[in-house]
Amino acid sequence: MEDIKELVREYVIREYLDEGEEITYDSPLISSGYVDSFSMVSLLVFLENKFKIKIPPEKATPEAFDSVNKIIELVNQYIMK
Amino acid sequence: MSNFGLYKERIKDFDWSIAEAELEYRDGSVLNIGWYCSDRICLQGKGGKTALIYEGFGGIKKKYTFNDIRIAGNIIGDFLRKLGIKSEDRVCLFMDRIPELYLSFLGVLKIGAIVQPLFSAFGDESLFIRLENAQTRAIITQSKHLSKVRKIRDRLPFLEFIIIVDHTSTKKSESREIAFSLHDSTPVENLEIFPSSAESPSVLHYTSGTTGQPKGVKHVHYSIIAQYLTAKWVLDLQKDDIYWCTADPGWVTGTSYGIIGPWSLGITQCVLDAGFSAQAWYKFISDYKITVWYSAPTAIRSLMKAGDEIVREFDLSSLRHLASVGEPLNSEAVLWSIKMFGKPFHDTFWQTETGCIMITNFPGMKVKPGSMGRSFPGITGVVLDPQKYEPITEPGKIGLIAFRPGWPSMMRNYWNNEEKYREKFINGWYLSGDRASIDNEGYFWFIGRDDDVINTGGHLVSPFEVESALLEHPAVGESAVVAKPDDINMEVVKAFITLKPGFYPSPDLELEIMNFVRKKLSPLAMPQAVEFIEKLPKTRSGKIMRRVLHAKEWGEEIGDISTLEND
Repeated sequence: MEDIKELVREYVIREYLDEGEEITYDSPLISSGYVDSFSMVSLLVFLENKFKIKIPPEKATPEAFDSVNKIIELVNQYIMK
Repeated sequence: MSNFGLYKERIKDFDWSIAEAELEYRDGSVLNIGWYCSDRICLQGKGGKTALIYEGFGGIKKKYTFNDIRIAGNIIGDFLRKLGIKSEDRVCLFMDRIPELYLSFLGVLKIGAIVQPLFSAFGDESLFIRLENAQTRAIITQSKHLSKVRKIRDRLPFLEFIIIVDHTSTKKSESREIAFSLHDSTPVENLEIFPSSAESPSVLHYTSGTTGQPKGVKHVHYSIIAQYLTAKWVLDLQKDDIYWCTADPGWVTGTSYGIIGPWSLGITQCVLDAGFSAQAWYKFISDYKITVWYSAPTAIRSLMKAGDEIVREFDLSSLRHLASVGEPLNSEAVLWSIKMFGKPFHDTFWQTETGCIMITNFPGMKVKPGSMGRSFPGITGVVLDPQKYEPITEPGKIGLIAFRPGWPSMMRNYWNNEEKYREKFINGWYLSGDRASIDNEGYFWFIGRDDDVINTGGHLVSPFEVESALLEHPAVGESAVVAKPDDINMEVVKAFITLKPGFYPSPDLELEIMNFVRKKLSPLAMPQAVEFIEKLPKTRSGKIMRRVLHAKEWGEEIGDISTLEND
């Protein structure tokens, strides 16, 4: 589980944050403005590709994507299915 | 009673001199937007009134009175002037929605320079194209966006000053970079205001077209006449209002109605500089008792998606008037707002080029859900026959939305692009590039764009710009970019791509291409869908037929394909 979390955190840092910026597993991503609603789509594609899952559009909400921990919670629902 | 009153009364003998008289402007006298939005309000005895309430992510709060914004504008103007910035020099504002963005806007105008606001989410290539085109002399930015500027500065010989508003001593300044702190600066009580005239250039906003690079839309100080009156009559701003325009000043709504309109009227406005969340937005309205809210259909649909329950958790009873802009407001959103807030969102239609609201549902007037409303008094709005370019008189018949030129905030030119500017006028009409019909009561009903430009979340994206960026990706052979329907954003970018030999379609390549465009151009321009195909549809002369792909996406008839090349 920790590996998955770290994978997502690293991806977010690499793709969406500016140089030198850091986040924790609980740092807000959407409400902080690090990831906007358009960029969220690329994060969704990353999760679907990486974990071979399909997240329904109605579940891909800004609230569900607002931290690495929340993302993992969402991803787990579909990995387990 | 609304400021507007009755439509039939307002259109009778309308003249823009109404606004000139209220602003005490006389033909030929000095007209400076920076002064009108701050100094003039102070001279009216309202210097102590709150002008700006700012809230950033994490609860950072700041408040500025009209006297504060007057002095801040003076400080910035004085600083730029001492650097050698002169009238008509272009000064780019490349910042998030922090107070310095709004205050710099005033400062730049006060010294007669031209403000070039750019959306801070732009990638380095989008930024470069616009700075190069405008031959921008100075850019005011934040540390967080500096890496993008550093990437392109060597290709921008005209860019002499890179001003950083939050530069910390721990970071080393590089070539052309200057640290500037508004709050550590000595107040400048009096600044000599540049004596700009009505036709002096003021704001340069960039907009996208189907072909070619983005165009710089040149506005002049006289635009305030229209922005003042439309803010008063359409947004119904009244002296005790607390107003929230959710648009970013990187786009025209954020300057015409996020700075000039409200502040020329001496209205208190709020700014929330944080990512979108329904909870944060409702809390913001509730905390500051916002009375007038100007937002966008994409945001409204996102709020609808968040559900009805969350609305009931907040006291939103302060809301008095709601308006929307950026793309057509669907009837479901209007009906939802009546259900949830007890009042409809009033759709407004206008463009970067028009500078002010042109067609709208007025306060107090019957709202037809799904309609754009009627022309503002003094605006001659029609739909034209697409072949003859003559007004269509038959109700319900679709044509091109066009306006008779001459309103105060009409663009004066495209920057260094007279040819493109001229193309916007036919038979004495300004062509908006949108299609609509007009019903028997004079209400406009939006149909769609008349070109390939993609309207995503209320922002225009040029397929050409995205295709150009895609070609720089090593795997991309050819591409065609079209609009794809989307429930929230109305349209999103979709790219059809052929790959170069040695590259093969895969989900990872799709993601790589999406991120490539996002970083290079902007998140708005990122294709939200990528389809790899063997061959793009082309005419026999080799021109890509985007309309064939567009029709496929929208489930429409493909139309005439007689010119389609055969294998």
